[in-house]
Amino acid sequence: MANSETPLLDELEKGKWPSFVKDLKQAAGKNPMARDLIHQLELSYKDRIGHWKHGGIVGVKGYGSGVIGRYSDRPDLFPNVQAFHTMRVNHPTGWFYKTDTLRKLCDIWDKHGSGLTNMHGSTGDAILLGTTTDHLQSCYDDLSNAGFDLGGSGSALRTPSACVGPARCEWACIDSLDLCYNLTMTYQDQMHRPMFPYKFKIKISACANDCVAAIARSDLSVIGTWKDDIQVDQKEVLAYASSINIQKEVCDLCPTRCMEWNGKELKIYDEDCTRCMHCINLMPKALRPGKERGASILVGGKAPIVRGALLSWVIVPFIKLEPPYDELKNLIERIQDWWDENAKSRERLGELIQRLGMRVFLKAVDLPAVPQMVKAPRTNPYVFFWPEDLKKEVK
Amino acid sequence: MAARTDIGPPNYKTMLPPVIERNYGDWLYHEILKPGVLMHVSKSGETLYSVRAGSPRLISTDHIREICDIAEKYCDGYLRFTSRHNIEFLLDDKDRVEPLIAELKDRGYPVGGTGHSISNIVHTQGWVHCHTPATDASGPVKALMDEIYDHFVEAKLPAHVRIALACCLNMCGAVHCSDIAILGIHRTVPKTDNSRVPNVCEIPSTVASCPTGAIRGDMKNKTVTVNEEKCMYCGNCYTVCPAMPIADPDNDGISIWVGGKVSNARSAPMFSKLAIPFLPNNPPRWPEVVNAVKNIIEVYASHARKHERVGEWIERVGWERFFSLTGIPFTDQHIDDFDLATETFRTSAQFKWR
Ligand code: SF4
Ligand code: SF4
Ligand code: SF4
Ligand code: SF4
Repeated sequence: MANSETPLLDELEKGKWPSFVKDLKQAAGKNPMARDLIHQLELSYKDRIGHWKHGGIVGVKGYGSGVIGRYSDRPDLFPNVQAFHTMRVNHPTGWFYKTDTLRKLCDIWDKHGSGLTNMHGSTGDAILLGTTTDHLQSCYDDLSNAGFDLGGSGSALRTPSACVGPARCEWACIDSLDLCYNLTMTYQDQMHRPMFPYKFKIKISACANDCVAAIARSDLSVIGTWKDDIQVDQKEVLAYASSINIQKEVCDLCPTRCMEWNGKELKIYDEDCTRCMHCINLMPKALRPGKERGASILVGGKAPIVRGALLSWVIVPFIKLEPPYDELKNLIERIQDWWDENAKSRERLGELIQRLGMRVFLKAVDLPAVPQMVKAPRTNPYVFFWPEDLKKEVK
Repeated sequence: MAARTDIGPPNYKTMLPPVIERNYGDWLYHEILKPGVLMHVSKSGETLYSVRAGSPRLISTDHIREICDIAEKYCDGYLRFTSRHNIEFLLDDKDRVEPLIAELKDRGYPVGGTGHSISNIVHTQGWVHCHTPATDASGPVKALMDEIYDHFVEAKLPAHVRIALACCLNMCGAVHCSDIAILGIHRTVPKTDNSRVPNVCEIPSTVASCPTGAIRGDMKNKTVTVNEEKCMYCGNCYTVCPAMPIADPDNDGISIWVGGKVSNARSAPMFSKLAIPFLPNNPPRWPEVVNAVKNIIEVYASHARKHERVGEWIERVGWERFFSLTGIPFTDQHIDDFDLATETFRTSAQFKWR
């Protein structure tokens, strides 16, 4: 070939970081859909706009989610991506794979689709990028027979995800993987048949480092924590003194200034500790979360659309989480029922709570108000009282 | 065979390497042996090595098979992906760690992304596969990672720096709590094609698609009108009505946000705040965006104290100094005018002038 047909994308094959263009070309070598995709992308690079549109609803039998319809707006130029739908495949919790499983996924996708994937999409699913409408059902059948299932999309429970937790992390205060898998299996119907006002996301981090960004990205965030005292191994603290400056790096950066170091011993005033994880992160051999472990439950986190981004708010500062997780599931169902009953179309849980008030939400889901829910009590005097709290007028 | 439904994902327990099965929940501590290599030690004395390698996220089945080949050769076929699109090879045989790294380097996989480094950039679909992007995702990410590659394979920053990119306000990547967020923005209202709307769009669902109620039905002409004052350029209407394209090559582009975090370590989680309202789309290498992000990283690296995240550094030195140190111009776009805007206005007589 004298002149490359994709000069702009070719530029991105250069450089040290692994190139997605190399992968596009690899797939294009075997697959006409991938070939048209790369040419359409080159056109986007030239035009500086996208060339996809949404289309009619597509899916597989029995499911209302898991497939995202996508169509080229230039089928005249790129007929092989005229329809180029995405399938979301629910990842194994924690994104652990054995290679035989991954190979099965690859074989199925080579048979039915473009051979291109995202490992993984933002919600956590393995994304199979691009196939035609008539391949959706047969691809699904093969996936299902190989032990895979689709994730959530649309106004449904989205695929829950969790940090690596006790599988590898010494800081895990809950079994994030077991909880995530358990909720995923319990709520298959909510994931696959969209019946909610809008999307609902659940993310689980087993400690306050929040590796899956639960607080920012989920309507219901579960974040592991503990209640009693940090476990200290003074011998190991002393050992760290040779590699880090304990006073400066640990004590001085403790947000509550609740640690004292005299060169030999570390004293923690646990009543002041907010369990931020900083000291434990720095000295994992010496400090460990306490023994009374559980999680905090927060709700409402979301990206900006519609009324602005929200970080999740604390609704239960501490809850023990052990299988079968009935207390949590019961709470989730109370929350979803209230949301379902009261939300307008496309209103996320956080926005509904903003509109109707935390007070109304707490009462509806039967949770007590506790100081851990606020940064500070209100400053305005527009205080509402429940009618039943007022003395009846006596005539 | 007829497909079953609702079987759920493969059980993760069947995917765990035996060393993890044996030591599940029993990990005592870990060390970062060098960038990209974690050693976890269990109560039992067993060790698990995780070797972290970068990936472009958009990968072909052949690429996945190559990853499988490597995992089979060194890790008995066990691996995982991270929430930031990295690949982690999991093994318990220390002697295989160096040969694994050598092979990864040979094949062009960067090894790193641990500790005080810049890990992979969480990102979205962009022009590759979405219908409302204001920019591409994989392209700017590749261009930027090429330039900050050393920060992935080394760990020399004051703290880790999490970068994320989303190609429109829908923010599939929920980038709004990142140390540095790269966000595609449209700046013009959708261009309603009145001749096509009657044929390709259903008016009630188009009206209903707008989150801010900016779209009104025009029943007489069987089309819709957009109230420019209310539109915030999200592109949701284009999703249901292909006759309302929003893409605009000259006015679409990228905004840069800084100082967010999700971890609770030291400071509470916080949102990213606007640093640069607009940079043009300039494919294939987005030089304006790459240079702007590099500048922020460099200024941060030379001014922040050890363990200080970008947002913690800015809060200490003050926003006025963030703008003076980085040389980024402050504009009226930086001042919020949405709900709760006044919470961000300064209500003190406390300033920094140097
Ligand atoms: S969130 Fe905490 S427990 Fe989970 S992987 Fe991250 S540091 Fe470990
Ligand atoms: S966890 Fe945080 S608040 Fe508690 S002692 Fe450690 S650094 Fe201080
Ligand atoms: S951020 Fe917007 S444009 Fe990008 S993939 Fe998500 S919805 Fe599409
Ligand atoms: S772009 Fe968004 S805000 Fe503007 S009219 Fe369309 S749906 Fe409404």
